[in-house]
Amino acid sequence: MATSTASKKVQWTPTDVKAELLKKYPPKVARKRAKQIMINETSDGEISPQITANVRTIPGIITMRGCTYAGCKGVLMGPTRDIVNLVHGPIGCGFYAWLTRRNQTDAGADGENYIPYCVSTDMQEQDIIFGGEKKLALAIQEIYDIMHPKAIAVFSTCPVGLIGDDVHAVAKSMTAKLGDCNVFAFSCEGYKGVSQSAGHHIANNQVYRHVIGENDEPVKGEYKVNLLGEYNIGGDAFEIDRILEKCGITLTLTFSGNATYDQFATAHQADLSMVMCHRSVNYIADMLETSFGIPWIKVNFIGANSTAKSLRKIAAYFEDQKLIDRVEEVIREEMLDVEVAAREVRSRTEGKTAMLFVGGSRAHHYIELFNELGMKILSSGYEFGHRDDYEGRQVLPNLKVDADSRNIEEIEVQPDEKRYKPRKSEEQMAALEKSGMKFKEYEGLAPDMDENTLIIDDLNQYEAEKLVELLKPDLFCAGIKEKFSIMKMGVPMKMLHNYDSGGPYAGFKGAANFYYEIDRLLSSNVREFLKAPWQENPELTGAYVWE
Amino acid sequence: MRKVAIYGKGGIGKSTTTQNTVAGLVELGRKVMVVGCDPKADSTRLLLGGMAQKSVLDTLREEGEDVELEDIRKEGYGGTWCVESGGPEPGVGCAGRGIITSINMLESLGAYEESEGLDYAFYDVLGDVVCGGFAMPIRDGKAEEIYIVVSGEMMAMYAANNICKGIVKFAQSGSVRLGGLICNSRAVDNEAEMIEKLAEMIGTQMIYFVPRDNDVQRAEINRKTVLEWNPEVPQADAYRGLAKAIDENETFVIPKPLEIEDLEKLLMDYGLMEAA
Repeated sequence: MATSTASKKVQWTPTDVKAELLKKYPPKVARKRAKQIMINETSDGEISPQITANVRTIPGIITMRGCTYAGCKGVLMGPTRDIVNLVHGPIGCGFYAWLTRRNQTDAGADGENYIPYCVSTDMQEQDIIFGGEKKLALAIQEIYDIMHPKAIAVFSTCPVGLIGDDVHAVAKSMTAKLGDCNVFAFSCEGYKGVSQSAGHHIANNQVYRHVIGENDEPVKGEYKVNLLGEYNIGGDAFEIDRILEKCGITLTLTFSGNATYDQFATAHQADLSMVMCHRSVNYIADMLETSFGIPWIKVNFIGANSTAKSLRKIAAYFEDQKLIDRVEEVIREEMLDVEVAAREVRSRTEGKTAMLFVGGSRAHHYIELFNELGMKILSSGYEFGHRDDYEGRQVLPNLKVDADSRNIEEIEVQPDEKRYKPRKSEEQMAALEKSGMKFKEYEGLAPDMDENTLIIDDLNQYEAEKLVELLKPDLFCAGIKEKFSIMKMGVPMKMLHNYDSGGPYAGFKGAANFYYEIDRLLSSNVREFLKAPWQENPELTGAYVWE
Repeated sequence: MRKVAIYGKGGIGKSTTTQNTVAGLVELGRKVMVVGCDPKADSTRLLLGGMAQKSVLDTLREEGEDVELEDIRKEGYGGTWCVESGGPEPGVGCAGRGIITSINMLESLGAYEESEGLDYAFYDVLGDVVCGGFAMPIRDGKAEEIYIVVSGEMMAMYAANNICKGIVKFAQSGSVRLGGLICNSRAVDNEAEMIEKLAEMIGTQMIYFVPRDNDVQRAEINRKTVLEWNPEVPQADAYRGLAKAIDENETFVIPKPLEIEDLEKLLMDYGLMEAA
């Protein structure tokens, strides 16, 4: 595919592309979609462009999105290793959310790892008719008897919401009955909200309510941080763990890659929260600050430069020369291999183009990795991001609250009476801010995209194919639903949800890994064989002998 | 076999009217099955002489898949077959889904087969059509004629009109038709005239006017239909009349539900007539 960029005949302007994407739609649909397709322009004092996000997908459109249950169970709570996830519903919801994300685990010294298990109440028609609460209580008891976990998380699937099983009451009574097992439930029925994003919010709320701050046993460590919104896909969190440990930084909690119950329960003891995936965890980052006085900063461990930048931010926050020196030493050491890898591949990746349509933060995070490869991002967007993920948190006060967002509970938290303790004095915070550190800030995807590129929210199958057809990128990054249709068009495809079978791509080793992977994809000639011989050469011709 | 569903506002007397009418049909020599579609499972009490019936759903829950027709239907007054669909306790689960399940179960067990020799299957359905489950008897051609029990009270007429909306929806896609309104009198002023007018406006007929009579209660206390308890009383003749009217009915329509304003006007016109 090395020639695809060169073979581009027409130079499409972003306005043309946008018009082309909308051309096939009926007028009403086109009007709606037009608001979700933004041409990235620098504002220069003028009104900056706006994108519509976190709104319902138009029926009939084959969306990339998932459901609320997927966001809550699959994404946020799924990666935890010693909380047994119990799916209350028909077996399919449990089965198809079982080990589908490649969030890795290390069973640790205690050996408690329930990730390989799929536990479900397996609701039958009888349970729908007569209610499933009794069966749920029995299932919780059974889990407790067999596995004796510290905690059990119950997830409601669609029918549970329809018949009105009170999962929270069951969880509460089972917590009381069992005594040493924290049972809590999520009303994360798939139909709630407009995308999986609603499920993230619901997960944040319940984790805050039922787990955060449950354990006051002091966590040892000099520099204690929470890493929020890192799900250990392909071992990303392991690589980040390695780097932080090397720097002498203690991770109180990774929310939620390879996380344990006690990490959640002691997260209120950290001195700093680092937000990776802003979309899925900004809620709990805010709540930890309000309740316990832990400030949060946005970090990004995807890309070697971003990793270095993030580490420097942490060191600067702790204002300790020992840590600052240590971090610099680690960066120097780690960058050696990264630079070797970059040198090796750059001649082949430089100037190539890519599109990123993934997640509610990933499309942003990976821009850095592609920058390091000298590649250009032609277009990008999120499946379930909100406006603040595109345009930055300054739009938050102006976000339109609609019926769908109102449907998801927003919990108000208060400073904890005993445990609220600002980690820095007001003067210290002011000085840090003055030196360039930004707290509670996220600028979003748009500033990191080139001018005149297209930012598209909730891209769909049709538009994905159209974009590839028009702009002919050298690489397309999205998820499994898009993978094969794009590959059939002869364009290399990298899954950035699950990393295909690769990873880690976070941190320094991950960056080098990613360079090699992208080089392999771009340099492969396998796509030249996409056409069968008879499609290229005419069939055998012949004549009847008697003619 | 004629498949009949009886709808109407909660407490209007659907179960009582259905069972007494069925008793009347039995006297005419008809073979009838009554299917109660109410979680309370009290639709066949009078025919069975008490609530001795184990519901379809209870049976399913206890016996699992291995259910025979004989486990879920009981023979009642005059050889009628009595079935109660049953359902969850109030406030849990999904009663609507229960009705769907039990009707499907009856079908798969062959309760409607020609070999059963039924002339009528009666569905006695809980109150308003609150969700899809309660519309089950009028969907997919399960019931083909509907009779709505109504009285001259506003809320009863309002419910009847609402039920008509449901019938329209399913009539357009299927074979279900409205057979008429049964007026179960509450001794309201100008009741018969008002219901007749309502029926006319909806495009149907008042198929019968059942007068109010305490003999109905007396029979109920004895867990019997009026015809069984005392065949000689005038109320028994009323039910015989209703049974005959249904048996001979040939007027089946797609109703034209009224706008709320029209319904209220009707009530005002007839209600005020007495006051004047």
